[in-house]
Amino acid sequence: MKSPEPVQQVKHRRDSALATLVGAVPYAGFLGIQFERHGDELTAVLPYDDKLIGNPVLPAIHGGVIASFLEVTAIIELSWAMLWSDLETGRLTPESMAQDLPRLPKTIDFTVDYLRTGLPRDAYARARVNRSGRRYASVHVEAWQDNRARLFAQATGHFLMPQRADG
Amino acid sequence: MTENSPQDFINALPFARALGMRLDQIGAGRAEISMDWDARFVGDPATGVIHGGAVSALMDTCGGAAVLSYPGALSTATIDLRIDYMRAATPGQRITARAECYHVTRRVAFVRATAHDEDPDNPVATATGAFTFDRLETAT
Repeated sequence: MKSPEPVQQVKHRRDSALATLVGAVPYAGFLGIQFERHGDELTAVLPYDDKLIGNPVLPAIHGGVIASFLEVTAIIELSWAMLWSDLETGRLTPESMAQDLPRLPKTIDFTVDYLRTGLPRDAYARARVNRSGRRYASVHVEAWQDNRARLFAQATGHFLMPQRADG
Repeated sequence: MTENSPQDFINALPFARALGMRLDQIGAGRAEISMDWDARFVGDPATGVIHGGAVSALMDTCGGAAVLSYPGALSTATIDLRIDYMRAATPGQRITARAECYHVTRRVAFVRATAHDEDPDNPVATATGAFTFDRLETAT
């Protein structure tokens, strides 16, 4: 009988794959966006930085930062969901991913609802893939700051999926 | 009111400055703002195409500027913004957004915007949004 993969090895493999995926997007690094992972569930974190301010009088985070944070979260979640099964079955490894970066979904449209002022502190976001077909996907994203139940922004986007090599 | 150069509007917004935005034109509910392509703003390293979020930030700033230039406007905030991405912006090319505040009610401003790279006849994105419209007090 084959023994299960040791837990540390599983975590390392998944975390390396996620780091490779996120690390390949320069704009996510420019904004300072990080991803936390629990199993396959991702939470995006946007640590506060002075350069993210749009309205210095309030002060408030720039609407463009919020839109960017939500769109980055949606694209990473969608890519992660697309890669997950190949990573688990070993068809894809963090090493092979780093050699040949996966193609990312392309945004078709993206609609952001600004529900509350973005306060000058850390923000969090989670995306849910509501539909993912071979060609198109629909993703919803929610973002909050101090309270999970009090969203400060939400968004829905449609994406064109990359053509798969085995397509 | 004090005399400000239009670029002061951008310089007062840290994130607009971080993206290197330049206010090209503003007045009567219309604005034009542009920014350079920058390797730090890339969304897909395989293509070098700028991230949609950066284009979104440009459109949002431009929409807000258009609302603030509408007669009687005091301040504004984005209520919602929808962006349609028509094509990838060509890597290395400057991106320009033009926004028009085409209708204003007592409290809401409606805005549409387009963004193009150095091919002005072929937009990379269009946007529509609703913004809050806070008026100057007239009776002072």
